[in-house]
Amino acid sequence: MLARRIIPCLDVKDGKVVKGVKFRNHEIVGDIVPLAKRYAEEGADELVFYDITASSDARVVDKSWVSRVAEVIDIPFCVAGGIKTEDDAKRVLEFGADKVSINSPALADPSLINRLADKFGVQCIVVGIDSYYCDETKTYQVKQFTGDESRTVTTRWNTFDWVKEVQSRGAGEIVLNVMNQDGVRCGYDLEQLSRVREICQVPLIASGGAGEMVHFADVFNKADVDGALAASVFHKAIINIGELKAYLIAQGVDIRL
Amino acid sequence: MSEQNVVIIDTGCANLSSVRFAIERLGYSVTVSKDPAVLQAADKLFLPGVGTAKEAMNNFVERDLVEQVRNLKQPVLGICLGMQLMAEYSQEGELATLGVVSGSVDKMQVGNLRLPHMGWNQITPVDGHPLFKDIPAGSYFYFVHSYALAVNDDTIASCEYGQPFTAAVGKDNFYGVQFHPERSGKAGAQLIKNFLEL
Repeated sequence: MLARRIIPCLDVKDGKVVKGVKFRNHEIVGDIVPLAKRYAEEGADELVFYDITASSDARVVDKSWVSRVAEVIDIPFCVAGGIKTEDDAKRVLEFGADKVSINSPALADPSLINRLADKFGVQCIVVGIDSYYCDETKTYQVKQFTGDESRTVTTRWNTFDWVKEVQSRGAGEIVLNVMNQDGVRCGYDLEQLSRVREICQVPLIASGGAGEMVHFADVFNKADVDGALAASVFHKAIINIGELKAYLIAQGVDIRL
Repeated sequence: MSEQNVVIIDTGCANLSSVRFAIERLGYSVTVSKDPAVLQAADKLFLPGVGTAKEAMNNFVERDLVEQVRNLKQPVLGICLGMQLMAEYSQEGELATLGVVSGSVDKMQVGNLRLPHMGWNQITPVDGHPLFKDIPAGSYFYFVHSYALAVNDDTIASCEYGQPFTAAVGKDNFYGVQFHPERSGKAGAQLIKNFLEL
């Protein structure tokens, strides 16, 4: 059976792993390479690195660490942040990343998804979506430039329309980050993820809200996502990946040990 | 055996370094090359691949690699798209490929399941194949693909995702794996080690 994936996410800022609450107040949690190695050894199925400053600063993600990560770890990893052109993606893949994830640049120029998929194949093109539920308007909005709060903007896209659009353009995987839940550890947004799942024919990764092991069981069993991404619960050692996987197997989830 | 001459065939694809690092982690040094003399002198060769079949075959033609690879007599391990190119035909690129193993690589028919087939899945090797020495049936490997080779006489390990398909293939000196051993943890490292020790 294809296993559901547990994916620690490492937000990278200025070459360090950081984590904020609801995308704010970033604190340094450690160096990239030792953390990556630790997660791989604990049983992570994949790693995601987001350079959260890159898009909003008009910079390309610093590449040297990608190669250092690729040297030491033997599980797949994805790099996001500031990938705006085919050349940017090529460089990151050449350094040893398995996938590239694009978010703000895809919103600025959706044809970037087509061009990357044509050149590198859909299997290594991930589209990250920062989705915000607006209580006032009762709508799901796609946000752009979320790495820097002062520059974050609400796009014209409704989350569900954008999910369809990126698939039609060649996204090979979608990471749906529910901003309302980010860093607050009160569970994934099962309702929103289930609705996205219905219209998502490519692998779907849930992000935002993991706080307890039961949240992972719920998101797999109730929202049928292919992977669950989390950051703070792993960085702060609230949940151990090995224990989480044993627990999920007991809950009937297909998991790689 | 770490004195072997190990070469990664430079296919112009973007992800050569992860394969190189995986070989180096096992204590082997490795050369990346498309030079015919270097390829001829190799003890073991890796044929990596990521991207689309059409782009990869174009790179082969541009680099004059088609006949060179076909004529190799040493063990060659194709990885992912590299394995697919070893078969006879690619439905993705609608073109003839190297034809050193049997079969055609077609779009996977998976019903309601998601494509690409992405993530860790379990494989079943044929009994006693040296490439899978010390790798038990049911071991997980990392897959990322939408096209696959059906199970045939050259299959040495199978996997299932909506349909059974070839996870690994072997014919004469040509071996191929649909998964990424360089990204498949300990089982993947064991497979690369087995190949290098063939």
